This record gives sequence, C-alpha cells and structure tokens, in this order.
Amino acid sequence: MEYQRPQPEPTPTSEPFWTGLANGQVLLQQCDDCDKWVYYPRSHCPHCLSSHLVWKQVSGEGSLYSFTVAPQATAPQFANETPQLIAVVELIEGVRLNTVMVNVEPENLKIGMKVKPVFYPLDDSTLLYFEPH
Amino acid sequence: MGLQGKAAVVGVADYKNERKYTGKRKFYIEQWAELTQMALADAGLVKDDIDGICCASIPESTLFAPATIAEYLGLQVNFAEMVDLGGASSVSMIWRAAAAIELGICEAVVCAAPGIPIPSNPNQGKRDPNRFYGSVSANWGSPQAEFDVPYGNVAQNVGYALIAQRYAATYGYDERALAKIAADQRTNAQGNPKAVFYGQPITIDDVLNSKMVAAPLHVLEIVMPCAGGSACIVVSERLARKSKNRPVYVTGCGERLTTRSVTYADDMTVSPVGPAATSAYEMSGKKPGDIDVLQAYDCYTITVLLTMEDAGFCGKGEGLKFVNENSLTFDGSFPVNTHGGQLGAGQAAGMAGGMSQPVEGVRQIMGRAEGRQVPDCNTALITGTGGIMSEQSVIILEGA
Repeated sequence: MEYQRPQPEPTPTSEPFWTGLANGQVLLQQCDDCDKWVYYPRSHCPHCLSSHLVWKQVSGEGSLYSFTVAPQATAPQFANETPQLIAVVELIEGVRLNTVMVNVEPENLKIGMKVKPVFYPLDDSTLLYFEPH
Repeated sequence: MGLQGKAAVVGVADYKNERKYTGKRKFYIEQWAELTQMALADAGLVKDDIDGICCASIPESTLFAPATIAEYLGLQVNFAEMVDLGGASSVSMIWRAAAAIELGICEAVVCAAPGIPIPSNPNQGKRDPNRFYGSVSANWGSPQAEFDVPYGNVAQNVGYALIAQRYAATYGYDERALAKIAADQRTNAQGNPKAVFYGQPITIDDVLNSKMVAAPLHVLEIVMPCAGGSACIVVSERLARKSKNRPVYVTGCGERLTTRSVTYADDMTVSPVGPAATSAYEMSGKKPGDIDVLQAYDCYTITVLLTMEDAGFCGKGEGLKFVNENSLTFDGSFPVNTHGGQLGAGQAAGMAGGMSQPVEGVRQIMGRAEGRQVPDCNTALITGTGGIMSEQSVIILEGA
C-alpha cells in the first residue's frame, strides 16, 4: 500500500475556508455577537457559543509564534518534504494556525518574524502556507 | 470539599519493561487479570475484596470496556469507569477511584494499564497506512485531521518541539539543562532492574550528541516505547488496615484540560499542570516544599521542565536554573522520577507509561524502592500528561 500525502477533507462548516484558499483568499469567521475571530472554522463561537459566525476576508498577515525543523519526516506521508519547517502562525486578528514555512532557510526562522500567506496547491486542495513578509 | 484522604493505594504490580518483547503475547483483558492478581497478592487482599475498576480503552472492545473486563475477571463491581485522557489517564484513574471510595459506593478499585503486545490476528488484513498517525485522529470531521495533519503536525514530537522553541524564545534556552533531566533520570534507572535502560547510564553530552528529531528535541530527550504494564489497588481505610503494606493515602487531586492541539493553547509555555497542581495542594494542605519526591510524566524533557515550573517547585522561567542547581537523582537534592521515568525506564504501550509514575510514588512511600529509595519519603506529587500538554492530572500521595 502506498502512502498518500494527507489532504484536508472539508466539512459543510469548513468548506468556505478551503474554497477561499483555492481562490487566493484567506477567509476567517468572526463572531457577530462578541466580535472575536475564530479559527479553525466552527458552528459556534468558542468564546461565547453564539452561532452567529460571519465569514470575512482578511489579509492573512501575522507573525511566527513557534516552529520546528524536522530533518526526518514526521510521518512517512511527508517523506518528500524534508526538512519540514512546521510552524504555528498568529494572524493579526489573534488566531493561531498550524502551517508550514516556505521560501526561507531554516536558520533564518525567528519567532516573532512577520509573515504573509502563500497559497500552496495540492492535487485536490490548497493549503495555507506562509513566507517571510 | 475534595478528597478527605480516606482512600489509600495498598498494592502495586508491574511488568518488566522490554524494548523488544519476546515473551508470550497477551490480550489486554488477560493482562488485566494477571496484573490484578499480582497487585492483590502484593496488597495481601483477595479477589472478592474488589468492587470497582478504572480502565483506559482496551483493543479487544473499544466500547463497553469496563463490562468486558469485569466479566473476564469475574468481578461484580459497584463502580466502573473508562478514562480517556491519554497519558494522564492513569493518574486520573487513581483519583476517580479514591473519590468513588470516599463516596462510599465501593471499597476496593483496581486501576490497571496493560501494555504488552497482543497476539497478531491471523485473519486480519493489513491496516491502511494512510489512516494511521499514532494517537492522531484521521477521521473526517476531526479538527486535527483537517487542520493539523495536512501540515505535517502529526503525533507528539512536533507539538513538544513547538513548545520548547517557544519557551526558548520567551525565557531563553539551555540545552545542557534539558539534557541533564534525561541524564539524571537515566542515573535513576540504574537502580531499577525493570527499566529498559538498566545498565546503560548516559551523560549530558550523550544526549546532545544524539540524533535531532524535531529541533530542539534530541532523540534521547524523547521516551523509548516499550512493552510493559502496571496496576495499583486503591482501597478504603477499613481495607487499608488489612493490607500488609504501609497505606499510601490519596490526599489531593486536580485535573485540567483545554485544547487537544497545543497550537490553540492560550500560551504554549504555560501548561495545565498549574491549575491541576493548585487543586491538589489546596485539597491536601501541602505545598511544594512538603513534597519529598516528584514523579512527573515525562514523555519529553521539556514536559518535566514545564511541570516543575507550573507545579510551583520553581518560578516561571526559572526551570533551567533550577535543574542546573539541583540533582534530580534519587539521592539528590530534588528527586524526580526515581524509577528512571519513562525517559529512563521506557514508555510502556497503551496508557501504561503513565501508570509507572504513581506506582513508583507508592513504592517510594511504602519504603520498597530498593536500590533507588529516597530516604524518609512520605509525600509524593504525581503528574499525568496527555496529548501535547493538553490533558493534565495531579495527585498527592501521603504515607499513613
């Protein structure tokens, strides 16, 4: 059996996010009741449990919250992607997300550095990667 | 409010940890029977005393696990629970058992965590490798499957590396201090013949020269998976008086969980150990300075560092200095994981790794830790950590 590179499987709730990425846009949910931003996409706001979440386009800019450099693949499915620059980015809206850093040498990664989105196409979907801003 | 300290651990049992298991393979229900029998013998109690069980999931029956175990062991119980808190499950089993006993619904609860390989099923096809990422859910609709896995953030190493890197940027980093945690615990393992690294001490330089897995984590800062398994029996005061061992009372407990993925933690460098430990201290009336030995869940060196800080043994951001100023060995100034911890003794499969810490705490207080005994040991703080510092439980144990 061959390893396949994992891709996101959108749900009815998350579908606008992934469609947004395919169109080169970062869409985030914002709560219409408490005004807080929400990531990952949900049916209810994790701050106030309101169901009034509204999709809004944001810049996708933020800063590097943390990262790791994995010289060996974290799973066999990622064997072609080493070294993996796995990162957590905090968007200016305050939400954090898992991502991968590209267009940067591992030794130049620095927590706090400004980053901007890279729309990274896979076979059936587009991932949200980041690069230095 | 809280535990009154009227339930005690009176018996423990564990298998020898083995990296390459060569013995007879056993189903988890078979290990449950064996470990229960061993722990009862250790306590000087009999099967009919048992009227409660606390388990984690078992491969033979992902649902109805407690009933499957009760039936297999021929137990009729008044309290049964399956705990699903990852590496924190074992510590959480013990306080649940103590609470049920204090409530008066049962008198003797077996908490067990098997971890020896089960027989391979000759009729089963190969598992689809694309649906398996260790403890990570790959199911549709799982946020982890959708928003962690596609970015390569799978299993545990990445999350703990992210924590360590963020800690370094916030408080500074001293890789020799982190490595010292692994080296000191390995020294402790030299007093534990059941440890996988018994007879194999290491130095700080050995740790730093070992392979980098996910920067800044070296392979010797990460647990070694192995076969093993352990159990303990928690009983009422009445049964504790019948036991042949010094009763070890559960006098405080706490639990805290927030996120599954550490990406979404409020602050990656502040673990849920804090609130869980605060609860345990308040309940028991103890403070960090009263603790004779710390048995801290230690999947990684960074886990131990954060646990020492957040449980109040040193200030936030002062853990590296604290490690450098103390010896963590059983005869040192601040004994930690005297059996070697999971870093030094191995992390038995299933949820068994996390049972090794309470079992060792009990042995220390009973005065039965043989070649690694902490002198005059009466009070222990035990932690369990699940996921990426996402599930946390703490108990305080005190000798009668």
